[in-house]
Amino acid sequence: MVTVVDYRAGNLASVVKALQKLGAEVCVTSDCGDVEAAERIVLPGVGHFQATSRLAESGLKLSMQAAMTRGVPLLGICVGMQWLYEGSTEAADVAGAGWFPSQVTRFPSGGEKVPHVGWNQLEQVRECALLDGIAEGEFAYFTHAWRAPVNPATVATTEYMGSFAAASQRGNVCGVQFHPEKSGATGLKILRNFLEMKRC
Amino acid sequence: MLTRRVIACLDVRDGRVVKGVQFVDLIDAGDPAELAWRHAESGADEIVLLDITATHEGRATLLDTVRRTAAQLFVPLTVGGGIRTLQDAEAVFAAGADKVSLNSAALASPELMTEIGSEFGAQAVVVAIDARRDPQAADPVRSARVYTHGGRRDAGRTVVEWACEAESRGAGEILLTSMDADGTRSGFDCELTAAVSTAVGIPVIASGGAGSVGDFAEVFTAGHADAALAASIFHFGVASARELKAQLAAQKIAVRYPC
Repeated sequence: MVTVVDYRAGNLASVVKALQKLGAEVCVTSDCGDVEAAERIVLPGVGHFQATSRLAESGLKLSMQAAMTRGVPLLGICVGMQWLYEGSTEAADVAGAGWFPSQVTRFPSGGEKVPHVGWNQLEQVRECALLDGIAEGEFAYFTHAWRAPVNPATVATTEYMGSFAAASQRGNVCGVQFHPEKSGATGLKILRNFLEMKRC
Repeated sequence: MLTRRVIACLDVRDGRVVKGVQFVDLIDAGDPAELAWRHAESGADEIVLLDITATHEGRATLLDTVRRTAAQLFVPLTVGGGIRTLQDAEAVFAAGADKVSLNSAALASPELMTEIGSEFGAQAVVVAIDARRDPQAADPVRSARVYTHGGRRDAGRTVVEWACEAESRGAGEILLTSMDADGTRSGFDCELTAAVSTAVGIPVIASGGAGSVGDFAEVFTAGHADAALAASIFHFGVASARELKAQLAAQKIAVRYPC
């Protein structure tokens, strides 16, 4: 059973559909008790970092932090990944979970187009369960204007006006800046890896 | 490296895919769900489904079409046609769309872009512009005008100015259709695409006129397009997106290939 956290941040339909396609039983919830009892958690999110303030207000933040500390596998997608960092300049007054170090910042202006929209390549920087079987340079679908810096939590980088964290993992907590549910066969493989991740 | 996207477009009427030549002479080309899946399997980076049924009865059919199309699709899906309110957009997202494309509704009530954007994120808002050069003007490209109602009505705006306004109101992408080129298979309007793409800071999808691999190469280079859309070139087996991208990759254009 995968628990998909619903905090009214955009569209959950695609991620739920992809998890179901892989044979997972999916529970969509905004209930803290459900999240505390979860075996596996997906935190989606498209839109504005401000929306993650609802996680703290509703108590879901504490529930997820407790689960993460217990070793429950968790995958944050897009803004869900960004929330795992300390915070974002998109909504400076909203604190993230701080599971990964550093702040999420906007792409610089005056260079390439922002948002970064489309298929870009993943460069794995260290071995990790999440990207098992993913070849160098495979493509994933991105759509975002803020991104996390490369740091020791980073497991894959992508180039767009410099390198940023495309995927991060510490313990069983993972984040991906791209949308695995929209990244064709590559994305489904990454979601499958997450579904097979053992609790530690 | 960020790649240029090749997008397959399905024009849908009453639940069936049709494709017009300059917006008339519709030909029935099949089931949208099946065609969308087939395009994704054959390498399309994204699918756009444009509903050209304007009728009320058609709306329920559209949502059912979106649901069936989205069910087996794991690449981005944009849905346009008849989305006039935040509620219309919500229904389309709930049916499985990742982005909505707004055309005349954005012109009639520009605040709609901002409303949908603040609820679903700017990345979910595509503003579609149907453009036609102004042959009388000193600069027919810079003076190109926006049209609505399938090209029958002049919206009273120039294309570049409207694209910039859409960006400032929170649109995430521009889908620019040249009505002069649409359905001709004689190439995209690269000059118009370049004029818009260099004026805005958001991605521009070029549409209308795709007929050959060379047309895509040209719109990705001279046209500065971030993505290019085609319909009939794929439906009738002229080329699959995979063949097209293999040839673009051979010309050193960054595309998602192998795919």
